[in-house]
This record gives sequence, C-alpha cells and structure tokens, in this order.
Amino acid sequence: MITRLDDAFRFHEVALNLRSERQQVLASNIANASTPNYKARDIDFAPALQQALAGRGAGGVLLATTAAAHLRGDATGSPDSPSLQYRTPAQGSIDGNTVEMDAERAQFVQNSVHIETGLTVLSMQIKQMLSAIQG
Amino acid sequence: MSSFKIFEIAGSALTAQSQRLNVVASNLANADSATGSDGAAYQAKQVVFEATPADRGRASGVRVSTVITDPSPMRRVYEPKHPMADSDGYVSMPNVNVVEEMVNMIDASRAYQNSIEVMNTAKSLMLRALTLGQ
Repeated sequence: MITRLDDAFRFHEVALNLRSERQQVLASNIANASTPNYKARDIDFAPALQQALAGRGAGGVLLATTAAAHLRGDATGSPDSPSLQYRTPAQGSIDGNTVEMDAERAQFVQNSVHIETGLTVLSMQIKQMLSAIQG
Repeated sequence: MSSFKIFEIAGSALTAQSQRLNVVASNLANADSATGSDGAAYQAKQVVFEATPADRGRASGVRVSTVITDPSPMRRVYEPKHPMADSDGYVSMPNVNVVEEMVNMIDASRAYQNSIEVMNTAKSLMLRALTLGQ
C-alpha cells in the first residue's frame, strides 16, 4: 500500500523538486545581474524531468574500477542533479555578463506558476484519497 | 531544505547591492570635496561584484570582492582664489562622474527590488507547500 501511495505522489514530488531546483538557479541569475563575467544558467526542464523520473542523474560518468568490490559510483535516484546549461543572450553586454533581467523574470514567474500548479494538483490528489478513505 | 538556499542567494544580493548604494552615496556626497583627511582630493570608489558558489557550485550568490579607487584622472578646475590652487591656479577636484553615479544608483535599487521580489515569491510558494493536504 505504501508503494502505491508513493507511486501516486511520486511524479509531482520529482517535478516539484526539479522546479524548486530551477527556481534556485534562476534566483542566482537574478542575484548576479550585475556581476562581471557571470554566465546565466538554466535547466532544460523536459529532459531533466524524464531523467529524474527514470531515477538517474544526468551525469552518467562512472568511476574506473579494477576490482569487483569497487564501487562504480553509478548512484541511482539522484534527481537533484540535472545538468545546467548556459543561456544564449539576445543582446550581449560588454562586461561578459549574460543575464537578461526581463528573460530571467519571465522564467522565474513562469516557474513559480508551475510550482503553484503542481502544489494545487498534489493537494487535490491528497484530498481525493482522503475522501476515498473516509467515504 | 533546498529552497531555503533562495533566501541565502537573494539575501547576498541585497547585501551586495546595498553596499554598492553606500559607495554611490559616498561618491555623490563627496563630488565636490577638494580636500580630505589626507590632504588630497576625494577619489571615486567603485565596487567589484563576484559570484560566490552556494549549493555545491550549482547556484551562486554574489558578494563585493573589492572596493577599488577609480583610476580616472582628477577634474582640473581653474580657480586661482581657492586655497588648494596650484601655481597655475588650478584645483584638483574629485573624479566623481555624477551622471554615472546616478545610473549606478538606479541599477542598484532595481536589482535590490528584484531580489526582494524573488524572496517574496519563494516565501509564498513555501507557505503554499505548507498547506498541502489541508
């Protein structure tokens, strides 16, 4: 039963974790809007979500092993490490900073709305289950 | 708890931008100080921002790494009656560019507002998460 509950909520849990990770990356872009040579970064959400749902991080680099007992370091279930990519600025600035405040703000608001949506859906699922239990 | 990192990041931006505002205020206040405690005219100061890794280097906050003294030449004003005037009658006035400082000030205050907005959004999302299942 516990695994069923986990199955029911897992998708939204993984998605919300990724969303909050992305929120953090966007917050750091906004914080560094006037830092010279700072490069704006972002998470490509769709592939990152697929990887997180498949239960593996984006790294894929394994340790070299010379004995059977060595750990290969292919830890599964590390959805908190999606690969970060660099944003291509529409208009570059002379100090090497690639943060464009309008784009970052738009992404930040969009991400917030997605988090809010995820939380709403999750909350409704919980309510639905509660009403199934309580009749 | 990863989303508390947002407060750390946005908070570091608030600190850095308010330090920048301090420097701007000092430059504007001393735009006409022909002499200071060391006897020379005031030289403009500028902050240098630096990204500081938070969260294993994936996201980063910001801090002021150094405050540099503006190397641009001093403003020479012809004022023979001034007590600081040299033998040619010129006084060295501070190299503060008032227009640049105003632009700096607006940029700093906008960045400050943006960071506060980020914190508010993060806070309301976390409060929303706390009401899950109610």
